[in-house]
Amino acid sequence: MTRKAVLNLLGLLVALFALFPVLWMISTAFKPAGEIYSLTPHPVPFHPTLGNFRTVFSGSVIGISYWNFLKNSLFVTIVAVALSSLIGLLAAIALGRFKFRFRTTYLILLLIVQLLPQQALVVSLFIDFRKVNLLDSLVGLIVVYTAFALPVTIWMLRNFAATVPKDLEEAAAIDGAGAWTRFWKILLPLISPGLVSTSVFAFIFAYNEFVFALTFLGTDTAKFTLPLYVQYFYGQNSTDWGAIMASSTLFTIPVLAFFLLTQRRLASGLIAGAVKG
Amino acid sequence: MGPYLLLLPATAVIGALIGWPAVQVGLFSFQNYGLMQISGVLPAQWIGFANYSQILHDPEFWSSLRISLYFALVVVPLTLIAGTLVGLLLERLGPRMRTFVSVSAILAWATPAVSASVVFTWLVDPDGGVVDWALTKLPWWLGGGAHWAGYSWTNAALPAYAVLTVMLVWTGFPFIAVTVLAGLRTVPSELHEAARVDGAGPWRDFWKVTFPLLRPVFLVLALLSTIWDFGMFTQAYIVTGDLGNRDEYNLGLYEYSQAFTQPPHYGLASAAAFVLTIILLIVTVGYVRTAIKQGALA
Repeated sequence: MTRKAVLNLLGLLVALFALFPVLWMISTAFKPAGEIYSLTPHPVPFHPTLGNFRTVFSGSVIGISYWNFLKNSLFVTIVAVALSSLIGLLAAIALGRFKFRFRTTYLILLLIVQLLPQQALVVSLFIDFRKVNLLDSLVGLIVVYTAFALPVTIWMLRNFAATVPKDLEEAAAIDGAGAWTRFWKILLPLISPGLVSTSVFAFIFAYNEFVFALTFLGTDTAKFTLPLYVQYFYGQNSTDWGAIMASSTLFTIPVLAFFLLTQRRLASGLIAGAVKG
Repeated sequence: MGPYLLLLPATAVIGALIGWPAVQVGLFSFQNYGLMQISGVLPAQWIGFANYSQILHDPEFWSSLRISLYFALVVVPLTLIAGTLVGLLLERLGPRMRTFVSVSAILAWATPAVSASVVFTWLVDPDGGVVDWALTKLPWWLGGGAHWAGYSWTNAALPAYAVLTVMLVWTGFPFIAVTVLAGLRTVPSELHEAARVDGAGPWRDFWKVTFPLLRPVFLVLALLSTIWDFGMFTQAYIVTGDLGNRDEYNLGLYEYSQAFTQPPHYGLASAAAFVLTIILLIVTVGYVRTAIKQGALA
């Protein structure tokens, strides 16, 4: 074998290792029960079925359909992304376009805050939220997700805000544009690619988040977000692997598709520790 | 006035939901905060270092710390080595193959922790899981054999952590590989050629040319991976069975279980959370210093 063939073979093995669990999940989701528990498992279902997905959508296992949880997840995620983008944008403009005392300190604090362990903070947040009646509530999750998406959002947006040339704003000011017009006509259009990137990060964080949802949503099944639903479904139903894999396929595929579509934008935020492994 | 006003909303939100809870964890760790206190029946009392001394005398704390250290000291290096090897491989592949392999790897990395945990639990399931099946088919000299049929991976600490090790390497290597690849492309090819002229093989070339130039990248990757793996929660929670197996706790699960299994001990949990946070803060400070040196604030 030539050197090139050996390298390509190694590449294929790495790709197989990376893809195998995902492919196996999808393939199991389409298998009838007989094939799932067969003594010789096959990578591709012989008689593909939608029965597992039907179980998930009908809600026959825990009484509530998948749609309900998708709705919860999208509601929480979209509102949290919008809020953190808005609040983060304001802060990023301050940090990217003004020189002031404590600016560097603020940035360093953001980086540290971003890496604090969430399972440590969840104890005192639980006690606080219990006092203000934010447990068992999607609003409570929105508030937490907004806060925890902010450090990365600000950190990444700051770079975009800093690269908008000062001259551009000054020229507009000479032409008589007020602060508001300058923001809408100059700053915002030039920062908006950055906003798309930070929204992607915030979206993935909020859509995947598990610890806070687990702790705050407690026993009110109808309010579960998708990660909690998938885990709960697995716990209630730990023998019906076809339905479990169908639920996790439905949860996972949108994230993977979203990643493939946006991966170029993600590169810049990776090193800031933006996404937890 | 301008910048401070713009910073106000962000500072308020982060302060109230991250800053204050972090301070509060410190305060609770010196109080006897439990069921009576959270329901308002009794006021919380300051009890000095009693929570800390109770934790430090708890063998479960030490076993959970040992498991977390295993992830920081064994799984992180494994992930770094695997990721670096894949990064070196990607650099040597043709453009099409490189795109295919890196996109596949990125998909592994992008898989949500909850899905990965559930899927890996299915892969190693004793009834119908593909791993046990494959192991029974493996020849005996590779460790295979009929005794693997129905082998349960998640009911004991060692096999459960073997599964989590493979899973964390699977999740973590793509990020390392892609970052290393980006770094490798900044190394001028003249340097490799010069090394080759001097008679250096690939091994020497890596340690004498590539590694010194990429040392800052490796440092950042090692620190970030340590923060993630030492503080791992979701994967350990799901794979070890929802806090059901106390001997499988890592530090995160130990801390969480103090607060959220009955009866709740928020004070003890806060003390454990404080220990966890301090250990991670030390690593974080190292990370932040490195990031600043490399111009993250420029």
